Amino acid sequence: MDLDLSDEQRLLRESAERFVGESYDADHRRKMAKDPLGFSPDVWKQFAELGWLALPIAEEFDGLGGGAVEVGILMEAFGRGLVSEPYLATVVLGAGLIGKCGSVAQKQARLPKVADGSLKLAFAHSERAARFDLAKVATTAHKTAQGWRLAGSKIAVLDGHAADEIIVSAHVHDHQGPSGRIGLFAVAATTPSVAISDYERLGGGRACNIELSGVELPQDALLGDGSDALPAIEWAVDRAMAALGAEAVGIMQTLLDTTLEYTNIRKQFGRPLSANQVIRHRLADMAMQVDESRSMALRAALKADSSPVERARAASGAKAKIGKCARFVGEQSIQLHGGMGVTEELEVGAYFKRLVAFDTLFGGSAHHYRRHAELGRTTVPA
Amino acid sequence: MDLSFNAEERAFQDEVRGFIAKNLTDEMKRATALTPSVFSDPDIGMAWQRTLHKQGWGAPGWPVDHGGPNWTPAQRWIFETESARAGVPNVNVMGVKMVGPVIIGFGSPEQKNFYLPRILSGEDYWCQGYSEPGSGSDLSSLKTRAVRDGDDYIINGTKIWTTHAHHANRMFALVRTSDGPRQQDGISFILIDMTTPGITTRPILTIGGDHEVNQVFFDDVRVPVANRVGEEGKGWTYGKYLLEFERGSGIASAKLREGLKAITELAESDLTGRAIDSPDIATRISEVEVDIDALEMTELRVLSALQTGQNPGAVSSILKLRNSEIRQAVTRLGVDVIGHDALAVEPMRPLYKLNHEPATPEGMLTMVPEYLNGRAYTIFGGTSEIQRDIIAKMMLGI
Repeated sequence: MDLDLSDEQRLLRESAERFVGESYDADHRRKMAKDPLGFSPDVWKQFAELGWLALPIAEEFDGLGGGAVEVGILMEAFGRGLVSEPYLATVVLGAGLIGKCGSVAQKQARLPKVADGSLKLAFAHSERAARFDLAKVATTAHKTAQGWRLAGSKIAVLDGHAADEIIVSAHVHDHQGPSGRIGLFAVAATTPSVAISDYERLGGGRACNIELSGVELPQDALLGDGSDALPAIEWAVDRAMAALGAEAVGIMQTLLDTTLEYTNIRKQFGRPLSANQVIRHRLADMAMQVDESRSMALRAALKADSSPVERARAASGAKAKIGKCARFVGEQSIQLHGGMGVTEELEVGAYFKRLVAFDTLFGGSAHHYRRHAELGRTTVPA
Repeated sequence: MDLSFNAEERAFQDEVRGFIAKNLTDEMKRATALTPSVFSDPDIGMAWQRTLHKQGWGAPGWPVDHGGPNWTPAQRWIFETESARAGVPNVNVMGVKMVGPVIIGFGSPEQKNFYLPRILSGEDYWCQGYSEPGSGSDLSSLKTRAVRDGDDYIINGTKIWTTHAHHANRMFALVRTSDGPRQQDGISFILIDMTTPGITTRPILTIGGDHEVNQVFFDDVRVPVANRVGEEGKGWTYGKYLLEFERGSGIASAKLREGLKAITELAESDLTGRAIDSPDIATRISEVEVDIDALEMTELRVLSALQTGQNPGAVSSILKLRNSEIRQAVTRLGVDVIGHDALAVEPMRPLYKLNHEPATPEGMLTMVPEYLNGRAYTIFGGTSEIQRDIIAKMMLGI
């Protein structure tokens, strides 16, 4: 039992915090919000040079072989600066799914390129009618003489506009009809009949909706051997939720620091706001919820490679709890900043919006408490 | 980073499990499960203390030269967790976890030699004389006075919320020996024999129907000066040291998990008409379970920091606050799960020695009393409001 950072982990945290502290300020964020790409290709190149894009990729594919804990360390630092680069979409979800499902050739063709920064990925899974049910996929992939034909609509695809290749989930129909299996298909963004409409994402970065109207794909677009991909999708989304939880912790910590500073400076009735017990107790509650969130994000990361039920309950538990804490910390940060907190003139709002987006992504607190309950009670030995 | 225990620690876990399985009787287990107050009655608590002492495990947190087992923080975690899982009785916390560490830290050699072995063996039963009717959260305003008379102090005043004063043969108390410039000055830490003439104890029944706490009166009670721990007037320092133990000694998540497990089993049984089939109840169980997961993880983070010699700091206030709030959430859930059976009041105590058939199944008997008595969790040992003050001051610097 050891929950202290190793020397490598400490170095990673220091370098990530330093980089984010130096490169991300309010001006940079405002520029990126108006940018059609939503992030900086130069920064992405630096991510590659720092080894962050290679971090969780297996060493045999030019990665560093890091785990969910290391990704969490990076994501927490990203949260502190509201980083908008497509790290989650490319490295955690995209490379994660290819590493989990792809054949050796498919991995060899992509993972080294993710690691060196020359390939960006996205994961198109969510559909309007499915809400947050990962098993519900209406998009179809019909077997054709040359390969596959995809048809369907995907929504809320994170960073899909910037991806070179999009991993699309679809129900597989072979020559006998519906197979009952979900397949994952690697779709080059430039493939005809793929219509991407992107939009500015709540809290920074971009997302898109994708229309697939009879997209013709080669045989080897299907990742792996064609077995049902749902377990891999659940695995990848649980990992993404652990990573997002760590990012939310970074966001909340910045909000707490900023709010604390503000309540110490701002004077009303002749004394700082923080001299009032009602304010002090609110801040104590915020600090406590940040700390609980930190515990839950770390727990989800440490259980990311556990058995499916244990992993999923840890991920859903973290998502639900951190989501609840994030709303509280975010809303109270605005409350304690008074009228200024509601304006675009302070950064509090930007951080708050990213937290609202976090709570929504992959399902909010209520959804994940329900999933946690449905997964049943398995006693987990300490 | 690693959540799992190493081979040595797993072997220790097996040893603890084996010891408990061999020594914990069904009778003790049932009595513990049917105790709706914070502490076990001494007949079962002290029986377990004697069993632990025979094994050399009577005081897990004490240094080895005073009879502690010399465990690592991880071993203490395992011991507490396994004890909670098995449902062992509460031992005399006021002795082992409160006054013991103060005597070890600040007591004279004579005091150490006399009192510590008696705590270990279970010969002495301690109660804590801190709060007074006029001094709750503002503890240092206490007024019970000790006036020097030769080799004695003469004590007058009253203490309240004294857990198990009616069972205890000894009390450690904070008393005023002088009036300093600050109200924290002039307080002394004193050990009192409860059989001394002039001490009377009045029972206070709590809203769950249990007699656990008391008011204790002192009328010209003579206590030898030799019973003072440390220096005269420095009692506040020692008392605060003890409060940190009281808050930080909590490895609480395992016990909370057992409480939730008992309620979940009821919710899954026909006795409650399968309350768990209501999505509201199922979700609330998950909500509490996740809160326990977070608390457990924070406890493990503290443990990990302790193992490498770091000071966990104000996090003991977070642990106290969350433990008490989650415990209340667990008991609230218990009342809601048993439904109609929450209406039945069982006035007899102890619940494990009823001489009639109770109105509800045995597993439900503690639910309402635990909920009612459990309102005290956010009040004793420093109210939640005081803990928030501490967090604001110590963690946030405001």
